[in-house]
Amino acid sequence: MSREEIYKRLNEVFQDVFGDDDITVNDNTTAADVDGWDSLRHITLLAAIEDEFDIEFSMGATVKMKNVGEMVDYIEDEV
Amino acid sequence: MDYFNYPIDSKILLRKKIKIKKELLSQNSNFIEKRIAVLGGSTTNEIVDQLELFLLNYGIKPTFYQYEYAQYWQDAMFGSEELDNFNPDIVYVHTNWRNITEFPTTASSREDVDILLENTYHHFAVMWDKLAERFQCPVIQDNFDRPAWRLLGNSDISDYRGRTNFISRLNQRLYQYAQEHKAFFVNDVDFLAASYGLDAWSNPLYWHMYKYSLCLDAIPTLAKSVADIIKSIYGKNKKVLVCDLDNTLWGGVVGDDGVEGIQVGPEVPVGQIYSEFQQYIKELKSIGVLLAVNSKNDEENAIAGLNHPDAPLKPDDFVSIKANWDNKDRNMQAIASELNLGIDSFVFIDDNPTEREIVKQANFGMAIPVMDKVENYLKAVDRNGFFEVTSLSADDLSRVEMYKANAKRVQLQENAGSYEDFLKSLNMKATIREFEPIYIQRIAQLTNKSNQFNLTTLRCSESDINNMQASEDYICLYGKLEDKFGDNGVVSVISGQIEEKSLHMCLWLMSCRVLKRGMEDAMLDTLVSDAKNIGLEFIIGYYYPTPKNGMVKEFYARMGFEKVAEDEKGNTTWKLDLSSYEPKNPAIEIHR
Repeated sequence: MSREEIYKRLNEVFQDVFGDDDITVNDNTTAADVDGWDSLRHITLLAAIEDEFDIEFSMGATVKMKNVGEMVDYIEDEV
Repeated sequence: MDYFNYPIDSKILLRKKIKIKKELLSQNSNFIEKRIAVLGGSTTNEIVDQLELFLLNYGIKPTFYQYEYAQYWQDAMFGSEELDNFNPDIVYVHTNWRNITEFPTTASSREDVDILLENTYHHFAVMWDKLAERFQCPVIQDNFDRPAWRLLGNSDISDYRGRTNFISRLNQRLYQYAQEHKAFFVNDVDFLAASYGLDAWSNPLYWHMYKYSLCLDAIPTLAKSVADIIKSIYGKNKKVLVCDLDNTLWGGVVGDDGVEGIQVGPEVPVGQIYSEFQQYIKELKSIGVLLAVNSKNDEENAIAGLNHPDAPLKPDDFVSIKANWDNKDRNMQAIASELNLGIDSFVFIDDNPTEREIVKQANFGMAIPVMDKVENYLKAVDRNGFFEVTSLSADDLSRVEMYKANAKRVQLQENAGSYEDFLKSLNMKATIREFEPIYIQRIAQLTNKSNQFNLTTLRCSESDINNMQASEDYICLYGKLEDKFGDNGVVSVISGQIEEKSLHMCLWLMSCRVLKRGMEDAMLDTLVSDAKNIGLEFIIGYYYPTPKNGMVKEFYARMGFEKVAEDEKGNTTWKLDLSSYEPKNPAIEIHR
């Protein structure tokens, strides 16, 4: 799956989880950039991403990811 | 929406909850509002979010109180200003086995374990007592799921030192408490976890990372279960199961295959499954569910199929049988008017997706579960919690008989010379008295279930009713009606608050199954005489319109009240001068 394709699907996940159809994310997006991205919503987000790409985040990985770019790196490796 | 039906679509519910909530809020404007305190021994945020969706779907708009998860016991025991001010209508205690602070060890003696069990139970029981005392509201408590590992292996469940054994004994104590306390309900998490799959349910990652006691994906399942209990408490259970016949209650098409050709009974595996399903449906009758048939068939064939010697269900089990070639949505309306019940209290089961869609399009607000494989039929009805039992009043148990008696009354009416003659021939007797303990449950149930003949639509819990009855400032009357065909049970409830020389009516409702019998006249005659006896001069009636109670908009006018006020929302106030009241003396013998 290309990075572009991952982003296309990832944006849909973000739009659903945060209830805002205008959200688009990029490599540099962090939690501070998205309204409502707190630790609780983060759990829903990770589960929705796991489900969308049929992957599983390991416990360590979720703690380390600093921005959406690193998240996409992880997805790229797993799918 | 289909993702709320079993099997629920938890992925969608979690991912799109914001959008779904918006949709639910925009579709309905007739919510009942409830304050729900969720006291958690683990994180509750997602549980609250999902519970909100399921309740909105049931027409209940919740506001929530939740707090730090470790604080649930302190909150409950000692209260907090915030919780006290919140004044919940329902408390839901979400705890799990990790909240049990001490377990037996292999060194424990039998006596040690007995004492530990007592102490552990007591720790919870005092909290429930305290909650009941402080808030006088229903308490919903999770039972304990079992841990996903067993130190003693298979012996963990049978040996008194086993953790699983201890938890199962503790659960038994919890059930005993539930049997002894009417407003205490167990949410059967142990079953939910088992049916979901304990390993996935208890994925430890969610506890250690987020302090959730179950995996995220299972939370909608948990929330649905709690929502089912809550909507049942507030009288929002379904009442009628409407069944298609061919390939729904039996395999095959009776019109084509003949009675001998349809599959039901012990001969073939498919027949056995249909039998089991029919047996389950028959048992639903015993918890007060009414059964009806809506089938495209010649009536003769339908009846023949239902008389199949190996079939558990018989024609007599149904309160209405519509087997004809009309569209099913039309039949549905015919059944509703026959039974005098809201069509939104119906569940419709049909194997044919097109028929389901036609009825769905008619938008009656009825539940229409997906029935895709015969081996899933039973679960499609059972797991949806349509008929969740939170109380079984004697009335529920005899409801089927009452509706049958009604059918006989209709026949008599058709033969009677005039309506007055018909009423006289019924030999009606009413018992009209102050609220009595044995009827408190039924009275509360009526305040929550009655929508049409309900002037104020004030929903009351059993404790509200008790408080009203105990207060000197109220006149509270219930009315029970019987006639030569049977006992209708408690059918009318009225209550008013005394202020100086006036009685202000806060509750005035009647079950629609006794419409046009003069019961409302009997109630008012009695109320007026009681009010006069204590020196009151006026009765002030209130009507608050809802989408469902249009039939009583002019009720007070019919009863001789005078309208004294009306606001822009259509709320009206009415006054009756007792000095000029003339008793209506309906054809009912009144017992006090």
